[in-house]
Amino acid sequence: MSDASARKDTPAQAEFRAYCRDWLAANKPGEPPVRLPQTPLEIMTTEQLDYLQAWQKAAYDAGLVGCDYPEAVGGGGRKDCQRVANEEMLAARTPFFPNVIGLGMAAPTVFYHAQEAVKAELLPRLFSGEDIWCQGFSEPGAGSDLASVQTFAEKRGDRWVINGHKVWTSLAHFAEWMIILLRTDKSHKYDGLSYFVVPIRAALGNGVTVRPLIKITGETGFNEVIFDNLEVDDRYRLDELGKGWQVAMTTLLHERGAGELQTPRSGGMKNRSSHNITTSAVIELARQTRRGAGAAADDPLLRDKLMRQLIREEGLKQNQRRSRVQALLDHPMRLPLQNKLLASEIAQSIASLAVEVEGMASSLYMGDSNAPAGGQWPLSYMNSYGMTIAAGTSEVQRNILGERVLGLPKSK
Amino acid sequence: MTQPNNYGFGEEAALLKDSARKFFREHFPTDRLHALVAADPTPGRAPTCQWDEALWAQLVELGWTVLAVPEEAGGVGMPVAAVAGLVEEVGRAAFPCPLLGTLNATYVLVACGEAGAVGLADIAAGKAATLALTDRHGAWDPAATEVEYRDGGLYGTAWFVQDAGKCERLLVCASTGAGYGLFWVDAHAAGVTAEADGIVDLTRDQAHIVFDGASGIEVSGNAVSALHQAMPAIWTLVAADMVGAGEWQLQTTVEYVSTRKQFDRPLGFFQAIKHPLVEVMVQIDEAKSLVYNAACACDSEPEKAAQYAHMAKASASDMAAYASSRSVQSHGGIGFTWECYVHLYFKRQKHSQMLWGDGVWHRARLADIVIGTAA
Repeated sequence: MSDASARKDTPAQAEFRAYCRDWLAANKPGEPPVRLPQTPLEIMTTEQLDYLQAWQKAAYDAGLVGCDYPEAVGGGGRKDCQRVANEEMLAARTPFFPNVIGLGMAAPTVFYHAQEAVKAELLPRLFSGEDIWCQGFSEPGAGSDLASVQTFAEKRGDRWVINGHKVWTSLAHFAEWMIILLRTDKSHKYDGLSYFVVPIRAALGNGVTVRPLIKITGETGFNEVIFDNLEVDDRYRLDELGKGWQVAMTTLLHERGAGELQTPRSGGMKNRSSHNITTSAVIELARQTRRGAGAAADDPLLRDKLMRQLIREEGLKQNQRRSRVQALLDHPMRLPLQNKLLASEIAQSIASLAVEVEGMASSLYMGDSNAPAGGQWPLSYMNSYGMTIAAGTSEVQRNILGERVLGLPKSK
Repeated sequence: MTQPNNYGFGEEAALLKDSARKFFREHFPTDRLHALVAADPTPGRAPTCQWDEALWAQLVELGWTVLAVPEEAGGVGMPVAAVAGLVEEVGRAAFPCPLLGTLNATYVLVACGEAGAVGLADIAAGKAATLALTDRHGAWDPAATEVEYRDGGLYGTAWFVQDAGKCERLLVCASTGAGYGLFWVDAHAAGVTAEADGIVDLTRDQAHIVFDGASGIEVSGNAVSALHQAMPAIWTLVAADMVGAGEWQLQTTVEYVSTRKQFDRPLGFFQAIKHPLVEVMVQIDEAKSLVYNAACACDSEPEKAAQYAHMAKASASDMAAYASSRSVQSHGGIGFTWECYVHLYFKRQKHSQMLWGDGVWHRARLADIVIGTAA
């Protein structure tokens, strides 16, 4: 993959690619000392976090994280080079970065909407992974209808006092900072929202309580966060009062992979407990799984299902490629806005098919010594619902596509 | 070999696609199509071949039929990716013409090597052609052919010949005793009788062609190898046609559900309508991305061309079925009538869905490549 991409590099990108490749060859971390989770959102222990934070810091210090941000905010000051670094990190099969919400959502939002001094204060430690970030959007009463959030910020002098309840907050138990959508005016639904960044770790036990929520898999990793008179300086408000919804759109656009700034991304490391959610992994599983007299991979109906998956997977890859070929696009957001929907639903159907291929053995879960692949496929399948629900459910994504791309009347 | 990031879809390709879209928008809007092909709704009507020969002549004049012919054979030698762009626009217009057949014949003739030059020369001179390979069960594997070459003549029947009534040349697969050959045949020669089929699709014509001692020029003594090389481009192009037609179905249906009101709201407000149309769009985009990937493989990664073309045609076949189903259903009662244009594309897509292999067939072949033949 990286060789094919290299053919289209500008001279600056080519030089940077060579630099990344050399650095990774010499500095890619060794086997982790602990069992790693499937994604950063399931980091459960400080041992896991320490290892992953050390990797992100090393990659940042080497210039592979935040490449396209200006130097003044701790970035690399390069042009369209994050993609290059990402391709090289994925090809080198590195660990993933732990500060995913920081890199993917908080960084672009802070960059586009915060005061200059706040950018310079927060972004370097965000890029380095020293500060983990989390996102406070959803509430018990505000899910798909995000704009109905009730957590309230009240102005007292030049400070704000926050009270309320956020849920599904991944990484909050490790996070220094939270991006948060708050109500500052109860009389207007959308225009009554404002957007802040708040330091939560410093306020634990003093205005902030973080409690773990347990997922259907039995894992922790996400939380509920309760605010009880947390005081925040006005400098941490992003953009104008009442513009919270517009700022949140910057966050969501980047979260769904449709933003302008490329998110720093690493991963691919083979790990004894993790596996790649790809069709080729399921094909391999089908070759090794007995079904009747032969292998599951010989069953014509399963072969058809496997090829359906392979085609969808290749289709998404080719969508991403085509989204950079202007002459083959009719609407600029048509492919970018499909990304999140397709990536999450394809991952879900791949995991679902793997469970089907395993057959009765898919009843065996993590910890059972007879479980194929350590029970990872049933785990992946259950975890996949996190992806089709979070960041706007698949149903909300279809509304957005129908309304913004096809121009159909709005549902709300 | 590896593929260029942009599918090799450069400036010339973009210009061609754009001018084709404008050409059909200007000269062949859907009401003209309907007036041309849908005059007689009677189910048992005699087979006809309705097309706009004058407009086709313009298209030939523009050089669109020789785009795939190599430069040394008098053509333009454009990459398959660029040709796919043109075919997508033909599909969007559902323009009845022998372009696909002529392109298909071109790719097979190129795969025939030097002996194919005679056919390419005819195509470069503006003659339309089509493939006559298929048996009565729809198989085009040379071993299935019902045509035999003996004593200097062709005997037997080729089935499901596309747009036969619009073509002057046929590329025929026949058993030769020594194996399977390909023959370049004048469609109007003695010993060639085209029996028009009564078909559902109004935007094409189709025939089974009976050979009784017709003479032909042998352009290949190894049909298996030539077809093996040419089929990926053929699958890719029919898929490109379906993508264009799918876009028409989507756009037309979106327009309808945005204006038609029930329960005091446009139909498109309701998620029971909105979400399936989004799904149609998603399927079109998947097929389209896979089409250009397959086309680019034909041009610059031939060892992967079959694999990627199977993906493109499988995806396009399923998309065409779904887009067709939703286009009629979402139009409600009017969509079930002859006067509403959606049936024209519904029928073209159902025809294309099966043409050169449906989704199940292509996935089975893909599995043989990717997983290996089942034990």
